[in-house]
Amino acid sequence: MCFQRSLRKWKKWGRSMMKRWQAVKRLLPLLAVFSLLLAGCGREDLSVLRPQGPVAQEQLGLMKLAISIMIVVLVIVFAIAAYVLVKFRRRKGQNGVPEQVEGNFKLEIIWTVIPLVLVIILAVPTVQQIFAFGDDHYNDKDAVQVKVTSHQYWWEFEYPQYGVKTAQTLVIPTGKKIAFELKTADVLHSFWVPSLSGKMDTNPDGTINRFSFSADKEGVYRGKCAELCGPSHGFMEFKVKAVNGDSFDNWVTAMKAPAVLPEDPALAEAFKKQCLSCHAVGDQGGPVGPNLTGIGSRESVAGILLNEGQDGGKPVKENLKEWLMDPQAVKPGNKMPNPKDLGLTDEQIDGIADYLANYKLNY
Amino acid sequence: MAHAHSVKRHTGLMDWLTTVDHKKIAILYLLAGGLFFGFGGVEAMLIRLQLIKPMNDLVSAQTFNELITMHGTTMIFLGVMPVIFALMNAVIPLQIGARDVAFPFVNALGFWTFLFGGILLNLSWIMGGAPDAGWTAYTPLSTSTYSTTHGVDFYTVGLQIAGLGTLIGGINFLATIITMRAPGMSFMRMPMFTWTSFITSAMILFAFPAITVGLVLLSFDRILGANFFEVSNGGNPVLWQHIFWIFGHPEVYILILPAFGVISEVIPTFARKRLFGYSSMVFATILIAFLGFMVWAHHMFTTGLGPIANALFSIATMLIAVPTGIKIFNWLFTMWGGQIRFTSANLFAIGFVPTFVMGGVTGVMLASAPADYQFHDTYFVVAHFHYVIVGGLVFGLFAGLHYWWPKMFGRVLNETIGKWTFWFFAIGFHLTFFVQHFLGLMGMQRRIFTYLPNQDFDTLNLVSTVGAFLMAVGVLLFLFNCFVTAAKPKGVANDPWEDGRTLEWAIPSPPPEYNFKQIPLVRGLDAYWKEKMAGNKEMTPAEPLGSIHMPSPTILPFVMSVGIFIAGLGLMFSSEKFNNSFMSMIFNNWIVVIIGLVITFGSMLLRSLFDDHGWHIEPEELEEEGVKA
Repeated sequence: MCFQRSLRKWKKWGRSMMKRWQAVKRLLPLLAVFSLLLAGCGREDLSVLRPQGPVAQEQLGLMKLAISIMIVVLVIVFAIAAYVLVKFRRRKGQNGVPEQVEGNFKLEIIWTVIPLVLVIILAVPTVQQIFAFGDDHYNDKDAVQVKVTSHQYWWEFEYPQYGVKTAQTLVIPTGKKIAFELKTADVLHSFWVPSLSGKMDTNPDGTINRFSFSADKEGVYRGKCAELCGPSHGFMEFKVKAVNGDSFDNWVTAMKAPAVLPEDPALAEAFKKQCLSCHAVGDQGGPVGPNLTGIGSRESVAGILLNEGQDGGKPVKENLKEWLMDPQAVKPGNKMPNPKDLGLTDEQIDGIADYLANYKLNY
Repeated sequence: MAHAHSVKRHTGLMDWLTTVDHKKIAILYLLAGGLFFGFGGVEAMLIRLQLIKPMNDLVSAQTFNELITMHGTTMIFLGVMPVIFALMNAVIPLQIGARDVAFPFVNALGFWTFLFGGILLNLSWIMGGAPDAGWTAYTPLSTSTYSTTHGVDFYTVGLQIAGLGTLIGGINFLATIITMRAPGMSFMRMPMFTWTSFITSAMILFAFPAITVGLVLLSFDRILGANFFEVSNGGNPVLWQHIFWIFGHPEVYILILPAFGVISEVIPTFARKRLFGYSSMVFATILIAFLGFMVWAHHMFTTGLGPIANALFSIATMLIAVPTGIKIFNWLFTMWGGQIRFTSANLFAIGFVPTFVMGGVTGVMLASAPADYQFHDTYFVVAHFHYVIVGGLVFGLFAGLHYWWPKMFGRVLNETIGKWTFWFFAIGFHLTFFVQHFLGLMGMQRRIFTYLPNQDFDTLNLVSTVGAFLMAVGVLLFLFNCFVTAAKPKGVANDPWEDGRTLEWAIPSPPPEYNFKQIPLVRGLDAYWKEKMAGNKEMTPAEPLGSIHMPSPTILPFVMSVGIFIAGLGLMFSSEKFNNSFMSMIFNNWIVVIIGLVITFGSMLLRSLFDDHGWHIEPEELEEEGVKA
């Protein structure tokens, strides 16, 4: 009796272990997928999956709802498919003809109505959010207006309320609504800061777009061009630097300060003659190329050569020299003439790079 | 016999250039489609090799843009479209119990214009640079201001000519299916593949004129200095987006519906059960086609059309999930209670179902506009459309090719190699594209020729490239299988799968020139299966044995297409400054265009003035051929 009981116990234990093991085996791939997901959510300053502002947060919320519904659908379809493929494979010697089923009215109604319900569950918040994001906040009293103009292959940011223009690094105050007006100077581009918000195209005059987002935390976020715009489309990156309100005010003041020119008068002359015909520093220069005011304190040169402090960044002077020595090698197809073709010597280029690298703003 | 006269029978190359037989045109479509599919595949491999690691410099930025543009354009217009047309040509006349298509001459014309359009487009590689503005050719990037080579001209003119072929083919199949069904085959007794091809042809009829107009406008802007998309002169680039996608979205349903049809043939055959919910399948197909014309602006959510447009197009797009869901469950329940055989064809068909569902669910996710602001133009979208076009359509095409190969060529493809093809292709496919969803979500935008390190993109891109190579192995195995099979002797049975349900399996493989000795009488859905179940060996004829009227072979469609090809080249280079003064003279004075058009219209004149009444095969010859087959 005792023996039998213990045998039964053992068998039971064995069965439960088997069950548990099977459960684990079934869970293993799932676990693998989840760990992949957790490890692979991407950079905090770049990934859609790690939102850093309310707009990106809400968009991710909608994605999560959609993904949840879709996983339910996938599980159902995969389960039925797996069952059917195991259960109804043709076996040896099976010669009878299976029943020829024409259909099943009830079943067909079920798999019409359930997807319809799922679609409605997703459609309601979708429409709500479309209209919420569609609101024009450009003329809100406390919004910071930014006019974004995209060029092959750089970004121009103008702050009409402050009379300030900059390029490549968009400086914004945290917690405030940043209201954008987007247009392009040439081909279509698309303005995208994944961790702060979805993208919006920059169109030519006549079809100008407005939208807004805000950043909760201070930090530097990566922005990208998301519409094919030519060879250097992939290199048309920019940064969004969110700072606190005081720093932002300091930045505006620093931007409006008179230009600082190279100390060496000969170099200053060459810089003015060759560079400022297109570029601007402070109150001097032209609007054709990116504004260079305070370029030494930006996170990148030409949007793509990352400076020290960024992952894999190099000293800013080194980047400036790399760019100035051969702009086409860095960003194929860009519109800047090669400084050497303009008659600048290697020495002058080195001097300009040094000057620009040390042109920093305090804020 | 009023019109009976002997016909010149060509052999060898001339036979192929002059044929109007739908079965031979099918093989031509398959060869040409396969060739272009190969080009597109090589382009894909180069793209994946370039993206294998960050800051790679295998190809230049400009070349990369040409590669992505040509990969997309080639695969859609010149790779999968012709293979779809190959299957439609090979199968539809047989499935509806007809001796040929409604307009055999026009059928040949459609093939040759497609081929010459495709050749013209691909000539761009060796004639000054391929198009580089993406397969969507968004203006202003595609205008002559920003795309200064002739690349985009090759795109507009090449696609115009190839598109003409597609439109001609679509009209032909509409006419064929409406007018040439065998007695007893009502619309609701048509096989599912015929149904989906019918709907696809109708969609071609309505969608292709939009791209035709768009390409004309863009060619005018580029070649003749018009201003349709030139902002400074009152044009509007967003207009191009609308025109392109009013065509472009229906186009993806034009592609996928025939694949739905293939799956609806293969699964019932190898489950030995009739298609579950046939009438709801037909209804769902029509609904998908209808909705397909109502959703184009979901490609433009970030263009800035405003919340009302975005909301409407979001909802319309989501609705497509419903009829598509119906189809998925109908396929699953076709297999339920059946006796499933895992042939290569069926492996691809079964593999299609979950893969396509994965592409479908991401489609619904993309339909939600606020979420799409994030997804749009990232690798998430790249993953999505490859899941539906490769995981859906290409799986469907492979299923169809393995399934109908014996009917087309009289030989069954090697099953062992076929299964290896499937596993390499399917595993490679998921490796390549599954990870791309995550790349997109992690911030990798599409169409970038390289990317910085330290963005967590490196590993997933490497995985994706490895997967692409497995897919390439799968495709090469299929090619190998074709050659191995071609070396074997012909002579498979009428119904090599033994469970064929539709009319094509009632006749020899490959069928004789005239398909049916006597047009069969159709007594229900799955006409041949019905006869088999009633204990009959073959179909009941609907007509007495008689002489069969056949269309004559002709070189005119080929010549007409050559003419259009020449005129197209002439148009593109009409304002080119050549080094050679003779070349400048003939191009700049439109002489080349005129020569091309004279060839084309001259051929049309010949065709109109000299009636060709065709020829007849007499019953005595039929008996002989019947024995031979």
